[in-house]
Amino acid sequence: MNLAVRWPSAPVTLASSWNLSSLKNYAVLVVLVFFALAPLYALVVNSFKSRVQIAFSPFGLPRRWLFSNFNIAWERGDFATSLPNSIVLATATIVLVLLFAGLAAFALARLRLPGANYLAFYFLVAIAVPPQFYMVPLFFLWRSLGMLNTFHGMIIIYVAIYSPFAIYLLRSYMVSIPEEFVDAARIDGAGNWQVFRRLILPLSWPGFLTAGLVVGLSVWNEFLFAQTFMPRPELNTVATSLAAFQQRGGRQWGLTNAASVIMITPVIVLFLVLQRRFIHGLTQGGLKA
Amino acid sequence: MAATQGTIQPGAVSLGGGSRRRELGRWLFILPVVFLNLVVIVGPALFGVYIAFTDWSGVGSMNFVGLENFARLLQDQVFWKALRNNLVWTAIFLVVPIVLGLLGAYMLTGIRRGQMFMRVAFFVPYVLPSVVTTHIWRYLMHPRVGLGQWLSDTFGIDFLDKAWLGSRDTALYGIAFMDNWHFWGFPLVLLLAAMSAVDVELYEVARLDGASRFQQFRHVTLPSIRPTLVFLLLMIAIWSALVFDYIFLTTGGGPANASEVMGTHLYTTAFERFQTGYAATIGLVMVLWVALVVGGFVYLRKRGWEI
Repeated sequence: MNLAVRWPSAPVTLASSWNLSSLKNYAVLVVLVFFALAPLYALVVNSFKSRVQIAFSPFGLPRRWLFSNFNIAWERGDFATSLPNSIVLATATIVLVLLFAGLAAFALARLRLPGANYLAFYFLVAIAVPPQFYMVPLFFLWRSLGMLNTFHGMIIIYVAIYSPFAIYLLRSYMVSIPEEFVDAARIDGAGNWQVFRRLILPLSWPGFLTAGLVVGLSVWNEFLFAQTFMPRPELNTVATSLAAFQQRGGRQWGLTNAASVIMITPVIVLFLVLQRRFIHGLTQGGLKA
Repeated sequence: MAATQGTIQPGAVSLGGGSRRRELGRWLFILPVVFLNLVVIVGPALFGVYIAFTDWSGVGSMNFVGLENFARLLQDQVFWKALRNNLVWTAIFLVVPIVLGLLGAYMLTGIRRGQMFMRVAFFVPYVLPSVVTTHIWRYLMHPRVGLGQWLSDTFGIDFLDKAWLGSRDTALYGIAFMDNWHFWGFPLVLLLAAMSAVDVELYEVARLDGASRFQQFRHVTLPSIRPTLVFLLLMIAIWSALVFDYIFLTTGGGPANASEVMGTHLYTTAFERFQTGYAATIGLVMVLWVALVVGGFVYLRKRGWEI
């Protein structure tokens, strides 16, 4: 379902006379901001503390900043294995989703396929099937094909799962490209592929960037499929490896917090830099992250 | 369009043939995605419907057992507990994040300074992975080191000092609280975007009529953002059937199945007890849930409800 609501780039204000009561607004909003950010604050400050310090002062700033937590967490959390794994998975998935979904979105938006509506419906159904339902038969299919515990097996699954979302997002960008552009290119002798590469791709790159970010974030954070289809420790992603470390780490809150901070730092930085694209992409695709 | 292409195309050897080739070529653009979805989602899903009627264990022979798995479903206490928990979960998420999102978005529309910062702040928890969100809150809800203990030690407030996840009465609500912290920024930004599209003059008119702020919200804002609200409720009703990560990573469905949901019950049935056929049957209930929600939505719309 496309809501066609654009993410506003300036502050949204409804009524100027509200300024009288805006103090009350701020009071409520500050409480809400506190609710959203305070748990993150607790995570970060405690990642710099020893066990004793955490017990002594669970929410204060560290007396002595224990940077060594991060070195130890890096090693015991096995990031040297999981980080490259996640980067490979995310990169390959992004590239393939953008390629395949880009081609499909182009076909649906501009090639006038007979039955395009049925195809759109097909992708909608593919989104709506509960993952746990097809996951079980898929697991045994993958086992019989020898694709459990392989990167290519995992990447194929991710590409299939995240493509429908990307198709919808990219299609909405492509339909806004004037049809005359496409016609003009065709008169110049461009085939479908050339129209896609020379015209559609350069004009809808913001859509590709947005879709790529959302897909990358989804793969980085994904737990259920990674846990099920790549259970071998040497194939752990940051998500599955962190979950295992949290189990092993037990009461070592300082270390498990540091490991969590390592995992979310790239996500937070990228989100803060490109927040409008992230928010637009995550709210327009109907994708559960 | 295809015909004109054929005639204009200067390089085409045979006009008719070139056009047909191009016609077929169009399908190549969509083929890879359709194929992948068929292999990963649609094919296994159809196979899943079949194995729900068998006693398959994932290896060895597959015997057709008719409705036996469904009869077992009716007897399965854990399944009913899980289904009930999914319904509770749905009820919580249809209300709490929506109310918080409406509140936050409406308050944001009343301020100018700091709005851009706050929008981002509200959305940050939504980009965090489930493994980190559950970790943060497992600590905060921990009976020895967590927030409850600290409040009790520091201020003498001790009603929060409980083993939230360790108790059968509170485990599900504790986990729902975590997931809600992660999720509520999502409805907030969608609702804010919808509110930004409301015609400001409607508010002016309402104010001239002497409407209070709450009345403006009730009679101007709410009706204007209804499509977004309905979309959110629909998605929440679907997603609530699928909840898995938060339960699996915190209690695993315990203690004593108190926080079991269909997703975790299916997972342990399939991958710990290797009762593949029965797991597929549980999965069919989840499919039925989604179908009922979508079907109900389409039905109400056909009946002329403006949703």
